[in-house]
This record gives sequence, C-alpha cells and structure tokens, in this order.
Amino acid sequence: MEYKGWDEFEIGAMLRSFDGAIDDIAGTAQADRKYSENNSYKASVADWRVLKPVFNKDYCIDCQFCWIFCPDVSIIARDKKMIGIDMDHCKGCGICVEVCPTNPKSLLMFLDHADSEAELAAWPEKDEEE
Amino acid sequence: MSEIKKIKNLKDFSTSADRFEGANVLCPGCAHSIIVREILNATNDDLVLSASTGCLEVCTAVYPYTSWDASWIHIGFENCSTSIAGAESMYNALKTKGRLKQPDRNPKFIAFGGDGASYDIGLQWISGCMERNHNMMYVVLDNEVYANTGGQRSSSTPLGGSNTTTPAGTISYGEKQNKKDLMGIMAAHNIPYAAQVSPNKWKDLVKKVQKGFATEGAVFINAVSACTTEWKFEPKDTMLLSDLSTDSLVFPLYEVIDGRELNITYRPKNVVPVEEYLAAQGRFKHLFRDEYKHLIKEWQTRVDENWDYLNRREAARV
Ligand code: SF4
Ligand code: SF4
Repeated sequence: MEYKGWDEFEIGAMLRSFDGAIDDIAGTAQADRKYSENNSYKASVADWRVLKPVFNKDYCIDCQFCWIFCPDVSIIARDKKMIGIDMDHCKGCGICVEVCPTNPKSLLMFLDHADSEAELAAWPEKDEEE
Repeated sequence: MSEIKKIKNLKDFSTSADRFEGANVLCPGCAHSIIVREILNATNDDLVLSASTGCLEVCTAVYPYTSWDASWIHIGFENCSTSIAGAESMYNALKTKGRLKQPDRNPKFIAFGGDGASYDIGLQWISGCMERNHNMMYVVLDNEVYANTGGQRSSSTPLGGSNTTTPAGTISYGEKQNKKDLMGIMAAHNIPYAAQVSPNKWKDLVKKVQKGFATEGAVFINAVSACTTEWKFEPKDTMLLSDLSTDSLVFPLYEVIDGRELNITYRPKNVVPVEEYLAAQGRFKHLFRDEYKHLIKEWQTRVDENWDYLNRREAARV
C-alpha cells in the first residue's frame, strides 16, 4: 500500500473499512467480509507476543468466557463453539487463560516460539487441588 | 423502533459478528476494547460512532488503518459528544425532509470518551448534549488517568493514586483529591437513563446498554476500565481487577432513571475489602507503607459511605 504524506490528505479525509458496499455488517461473519486494505483486520500484531495461548479442544466446554473477555477479537467462535485463536491479532495478554474455567485449563500460555503440537501432547493433568 | 437483540446467554452472545477489529494498538490486556466489544455487540443496528482524543481514539485509528467497521468520527479531545449529537441532529433533519435512502434502519449514535475527555476536558460539551437530550449514548471509558499522554492525573483519579503529575514519595502520598462523582452530575441533568457498568459483569452491561438503546433521549454510561499500564498490574489480570473493583464496591453497579429512581443492579455475595483492590495495583503500593496506611482506612470508610448513600437513595425512590 502507498502511504500518503501528512500534507497530501484532503481536509476531512476518510478511510473505508470495506471494499464495495456491505449492507448487513452485523450479520456477516468476519471471514465473509470484504475488508479494505485500510482495515486493521488486515494488519498483524503477532510480533508483539512474547507468550502465546495454545488451545486444547479436548477439555473445552464452549463456555465462551474467552470469547467475551479477549480484548483483541482473537477468539474465533462459530455456531456457539470455540474453534481456535486468530494468531494475527492475538497480543498474548493471557486473559483468555485466566478466565478459562475448565480443569485442566483448555487454554495455556507458552513461549511464542514453542512447538504447539508438543505442548498439546504434554498437556497437564487435572489439578486435584482446585 | 428496531428490535432489541436477543442475548440469553454467553453462547448466544458469541454468535455476534464483531464490528471492532483486532490489530489496533491498544496495550495487551486493555479493558477498553472489552467494553467496546460488549457495547457494540449488544445491537445489530447500524452504528454511528465517535471518539474523543484518548487511548481508544489514537490506538484504533493509526494511519493507514481503522479498527472500526462502522461510521466513526474523531474531531478533538473535548467533543466526541457534540460530534455525535451533530450527526444525530443531521440524521433527524434528513429524516424529516424525507431524504434518507433507508429511513427505517434506526442507527445507534454512540460517543466514546476517556475520563480525561469526560470528567475534565469535555465536561461542558457533554452537559450540553445531555441537557438538549439528544438521542445518543455517551460512554466513558474510565481508567482514572490520562493514560494516552503518559499517566497524568485527571479529576477521576482517586485518592492516594501515584501518577506522573501526582507522584508518591517521601513527602506525598500521591493524589490528594478524591474522584469526581460524574454519575451524580450527569444524573442531575435528569436524563432518561444513566448507568455505571463494568466489563466483568457483561450481562449487566449488555442489559443496561440495551435499555439505553431502547431509550428515546440522552443516555450516559460510565464504564470502569482497568488499565494494566497505569494501574500497574499484569495484562492477564484485567478481569481479576474488574472483579475486585465491583466486588469491593469501589465501582458499584447501578442505574439512575430520569435522574430520580436509583437501582443497584449488582450486590456482591462476598464483599471484598478495599485493601485487596488497592493491593492488586502498583499505583497504590506506597499506601501499604506505615506512614500512609491510614489512607487505606479512609478509602474503606469512603467506599462504605458511598454504598450506604446508594442504598438509601434506592430505598427512598427519590
Ligand atoms: S492471549 Fe489475549 S489477545 Fe490472545 S487470544 Fe488470549 S485474550 Fe485474546
Ligand atoms: S474459556 Fe476455556 S472452556 Fe470456555 S470456551 Fe474458552 S477455551 Fe473453552
């Protein structure tokens, strides 16, 4: 994308979120929207992360706590199910792990460069203390 | 009147298609975006939004990106309220003249300001909008500090908080003034609806916001927004801090209808001592030193008195 200089904008400049017309945004899932290049959906903050959340669907009860409390719209929910994490937009804050109510947790934080498959294979057992 | 979106439980709610996008540059763990998501997802109607200068504004509109999937306007620090009131007035004028292409879409007009923009800089502008009773919702994202400009105190900053302009040290315990009661000021405009909300109590928040959307006239919402950077806690603990703020009654959840009828909407089963709320945040760390410990007591007394006041208001129905 070509960036404009500060003095090249018209007064009252406008950025468009979508390419073309979109009639029912609230009824269109993110995956089905035609985002423009100016929508931050097209950007990535993946390089902000030190830790990343890994999702283990075996323990998930689809309570959606992680969906509602993720500040970065990075928990992907479809048809009332939690189906994964949007790793372009996740900043690695760890809120989703804190609010996940299952035992063991269905989400845990690991170093961003950790091998998720290996971590899933070594997932902790149920914690009897809790 | 458009229909109110049916949200029975969290699973229902999770079928919402967000109109606020990630890869904004708000801090990891920022409560602002949690609050904004809960509010925007409370309706399927079109949205006309504005934001005052502040974290939310600078972080969601960094050229070349916008994080908003709706009409969104930013003008200055003080006037997200009047920009949205202007949009609402124009909408009404066009509707009256029959010049709207789709007159039945019932857009919702919402202005977002931080506590700096609302408690201080934009106060008279909001007051004007409330007094003229525009059909709009004003939302304060109240993190009790000018976080975007480096942590200066605002008139929402509470007693004893250490901030860059009121730092705690050997001769000062930090902020000397107590927090302004903006809810009280706004309710005193006798607007149809004012409410205090917190993102951890999402159901309460959604209910109040939907009530606000169904109201003809001005609606004021004060949302507590735990700030990982300036309150000084780990980003992962944003919801813990939100829980502490509501359950210690530091941020009681209530609504005021027509400036008169006050309803408390959340009564914690186990009230947490204010000390726990303070201890969870770096900005109050110095209050645990011997010479400043009396302030913790004062905090508890103030919170108790406020809770008592709200209960008396609720009981009196005046
Ligand atoms: S770590 Fe934070 S940003 Fe990432 S998915 Fe979890 S809550 Fe969302
Ligand atoms: S919070 Fe945990 S159990 Fe609930 S939907 Fe998310 S991952 Fe699944």
